[in-house]
Amino acid sequence: MIKLSVNNQPYTVDVEPAMPLLWVLRDILHLTGTKYGCGMAQCGACTVHLNGEAVRSCVTPVRRAENQTVITIEGLSKDFSHPLQRAWIEEDVPQCGYCQSGQIMAAAVLLRENPHPTDQDIDDAMSGNICRCGTYQRIRKAIHLAAKLSAK
Amino acid sequence: MSTTSYNRRDFLKTGGMLSSGLLISFFVPAGAKRFIPGGETPEPLFAPNAYLNIGPDNTVKITLAHVEMGQGIWTTLPMLIAEELDCDWSKIKVEHAPPGAPYIHTLYGVQITGGSSTTWSEFDRYRNAGATARTLLVEAAAKKFNVSPSECHTENGFVIAGNQRASYGELADAAAKLPPPASVKLKDKKDWKYIGKVKKRLDTTAKISGEAMFGIDVHFPGMLIAVPAHAPVFGATVRSFDASAAKAIKGVQEVVQVPTGVAVIADNFWAAKQGRDALKIDWELGPGENIDSTTQFEEYRQLAATKGATAAQAGNADDALSRANKKIAAEYIFPYLAHAPMEPLNCTVKISDDLCEIWTGTQMPGLDQSIAAKILGFKPEQVKVNTLFLGGGFGRRANATSDFVAEAVNVAKASGKFIKLIWTREDDIRGGYYRAAFLHQVHTGLGADGLPIAWQHRIVGQSIQEGGPFAASIKNGIDPTSVEGVSDSPYLESIPDHNVELHSPKLPVTVLWWRSVGNTHTAFVMETMIDELAFAAGKDPVAYRRSLLKGKRHLAALDLVAKKSGWDKPLPQGRFRGVAVHESFGTVVAQVAEISIREGHLRVHKVTCAIDCGLAVNPDGVKAQMESCIIFGLTAVLYGEITLEKGRVKQRNFHDYKMLRMNETPLIEVHIVDSNEKMGGAGEPGVPPVAPAIANAIFSATGKRVRRLPLQSSDLVKV
Amino acid sequence: MKIHQYHFLKPDRITLVSICIILVISVATLSFKYDDKKVSHTSIAEKDSIVSQKAFLQVYKVLMSPRCMNCHPAGDVPLQGDDNHLHPQGVKRGPEGKGLYALKCSNCHQSENTPGLNMPPGVPDWHLPPSNMRLVFQGRSPHDLAMQLKNRKQNGNKSLHDLIEHMNTDLVKWAWEPGDGRSKPPLSYAEFVNQLKIWIDKGAVVPPRGR
Repeated sequence: MIKLSVNNQPYTVDVEPAMPLLWVLRDILHLTGTKYGCGMAQCGACTVHLNGEAVRSCVTPVRRAENQTVITIEGLSKDFSHPLQRAWIEEDVPQCGYCQSGQIMAAAVLLRENPHPTDQDIDDAMSGNICRCGTYQRIRKAIHLAAKLSAK
Repeated sequence: MSTTSYNRRDFLKTGGMLSSGLLISFFVPAGAKRFIPGGETPEPLFAPNAYLNIGPDNTVKITLAHVEMGQGIWTTLPMLIAEELDCDWSKIKVEHAPPGAPYIHTLYGVQITGGSSTTWSEFDRYRNAGATARTLLVEAAAKKFNVSPSECHTENGFVIAGNQRASYGELADAAAKLPPPASVKLKDKKDWKYIGKVKKRLDTTAKISGEAMFGIDVHFPGMLIAVPAHAPVFGATVRSFDASAAKAIKGVQEVVQVPTGVAVIADNFWAAKQGRDALKIDWELGPGENIDSTTQFEEYRQLAATKGATAAQAGNADDALSRANKKIAAEYIFPYLAHAPMEPLNCTVKISDDLCEIWTGTQMPGLDQSIAAKILGFKPEQVKVNTLFLGGGFGRRANATSDFVAEAVNVAKASGKFIKLIWTREDDIRGGYYRAAFLHQVHTGLGADGLPIAWQHRIVGQSIQEGGPFAASIKNGIDPTSVEGVSDSPYLESIPDHNVELHSPKLPVTVLWWRSVGNTHTAFVMETMIDELAFAAGKDPVAYRRSLLKGKRHLAALDLVAKKSGWDKPLPQGRFRGVAVHESFGTVVAQVAEISIREGHLRVHKVTCAIDCGLAVNPDGVKAQMESCIIFGLTAVLYGEITLEKGRVKQRNFHDYKMLRMNETPLIEVHIVDSNEKMGGAGEPGVPPVAPAIANAIFSATGKRVRRLPLQSSDLVKV
Repeated sequence: MKIHQYHFLKPDRITLVSICIILVISVATLSFKYDDKKVSHTSIAEKDSIVSQKAFLQVYKVLMSPRCMNCHPAGDVPLQGDDNHLHPQGVKRGPEGKGLYALKCSNCHQSENTPGLNMPPGVPDWHLPPSNMRLVFQGRSPHDLAMQLKNRKQNGNKSLHDLIEHMNTDLVKWAWEPGDGRSKPPLSYAEFVNQLKIWIDKGAVVPPRGR
């Protein structure tokens, strides 16, 4: 039995400690906003916050999250009010949308640590998240916009 | 459940059953409800046709004959209806259509999303659907207000006459009882409120909150997860297998053999994948083992030395070549490419005595339905297909065998279990249905004026249409998708002596359309060779193209991209430009790439793009597609390559089948030609010009011509 | 911003501090021991110089092997694989050598190797040298690397004995347990440490330039 907090809700799960957090979220807790893309930390679709850091849940054994705090895209805000979500809407970022949960969770850490990122900072933070639809330019614009929205 | 009738009463019934069916059977994660197609709207009151219905709460539910895989059709088709219906945009709900006759492609004859065709092929049908509904609502209102229909007008979901007004929801019941109008008049272009205006996507909030349901996200109580083990080489079959180690893994429930391999069924994905990896399978490899990328191109080269099927022919290219002042010959090589949509392929299947229900992201729900029915010995109407959002398609989710859907049905059938089949990324990269590998050989000759007088072209590569739903398009040994972009090239029109020949070798490697299809390689050959000829003639690449191209659209796109990229202005030191223009899917796209090469490393700084797609229904959607196409094309230039060694695919996942990332993304500027030309597509035609524009820029940096994709490091070293 | 409201546990910090304390104590003990030994080396014979240099070349082979060099790159991007290619996610060193923003080392690298080919390797506290003490191996000649290792301004203010202690960390030892599909350094761990000790014991002689 492993206890963890996901989106401020306590959970106890009966799984193998080596099971990746991704599959606990998706298959056990049915929080499917976090996506499977590669299973080897290459694409970032599975990015969630573990104690505030943008971990790749597909390679994170659930035992690492034991008694720790996990936030997924579902827990980022109520009603799309996070500045990044507002900016994503404003810039019409998503296409197929599959990677966007991971993109937003990665960007959230960037903005927390650097409220006014440059293009270089965005490259340094976001190059671990693949978007096959190629929405990178809009993601970049939306992050800049979110920085402005947060500053207001 | 098949909706095979235009009859709105039938559809009303079917539609109602579909909605409640979904509501009952879905286990819905909290908060996700509103984004499940058909999930929440109350029983519709008014369903004037198969494309929309209106509920008592004024909800306008729009049913898409095409599927949303990123291209924005979830928004563009509703724009067409809203334009004519004059409804409240905020009351629109969207859903994917089930398989059914009303949703068959207006031109292709099957239910398919592809060929960059949705907007133009639905332009009339969806506007008519909206206009029909509006006419009936006005008629109902006129009766209610006791005025003539001509005294009524509509506004944002209301019918108004004088000081009387009624919402569409209030009128729905009465409108449903009226006979449909014989014909409707569509709005004049000058009155358009939606078409041609920028409209924000309707699926964004779902896709930034984790609420959007993709095929891979469906979950039902009692459902198990299946992960397949596929053959190591194409065409291999299972001789025997040992599942004991797999079955020892906690959570593994069952292991079944299916025609495509062996599947492990477990409580969750992790257990199923571990089980899959623990299987010991003895494969009958067959001839697939003999394929090797290196020898494959050697064999293609030998084929290219022989005469092929004629795809285009004019004059006598041999004679003309012998008269040429200057001759240029080149060979080009293009590898297999995987689509690699971000959402790995998956399909959920539940089979009961007389019904099979499927949930998946698919580009051809109708074909999936009939293939599933065939496997089960069912009638098509006993198979219900629910199409969720597609996490990318690019052509992969539409193929002649419905491979991943058929496999899921086979797994469910063999096990008797309710399963969600999920392919790993490795299964996807190694799963075939690639853009076919191609080899081109071109011999050209220039006349005294520096313009080409002869063009001989041989193309070698597998046919993607053979055995597929569009096999009838193969005529006289020519699969048009193998030669499109060459045989119909506007350059050849201006060259009196030319011929284009094709060899279509057969190989066990499965091949398929891949975003922009044949144009992925033909545009590269044409646009780099034309560039080479321009250089040989001592002409500016844009000016040289202008002297050969007669089409208004080509010239408009070329002129616009030249202007916007500052083609005539000098570049900073170390920066180089290349240009390309290509027509595909009824749209002309021109691009200028600006690059630099430092320490053998290519950096694409900027891509300027001009597109003439005729009317752009949602201009920002068109721009988004061009941005997407450019990244897709650039990925193929830099990284895209599937190689085979002893029949085995070398690449596995994103570490060795790489994708372009944020830090490699150029600045992209898209300009839309203000055009009254025939509407073309937008989802694909931005891909073909990217690679040649970059290769031409590389030539101006290095003096070297790129003859093979992806780029090799030797391409980036100066001559 | 919503995200500020998260409760941040920082267990890493705490562990790090305690590890540091333990390290300081053990290093002190070691140094003491070695100082004892040093007394016996009153002069360095020419023979010792040759032995020392020879030992360093063995050490050098290990340090330049991909498992060591890949985290001691010349630039700010770590390397991967036996061909020392750039880490593909554009991962950067960051001031503390632990990556940046959403691309911190420990976001993917666990406290142990993730099983499977090309999966992220791991030990607790996976990191690069920090940006103010980059400890570059890539491109260094034996002469340059030996000079650098001996220079307290370039080696993280380590005495030669501290260097031996560094080789005792999980991160260094990982090179000999690198996970599925990765090659190991050319010497065994014991032999590597032995050669390092010989180099130091025999005077830490710097090989001449051009070798």
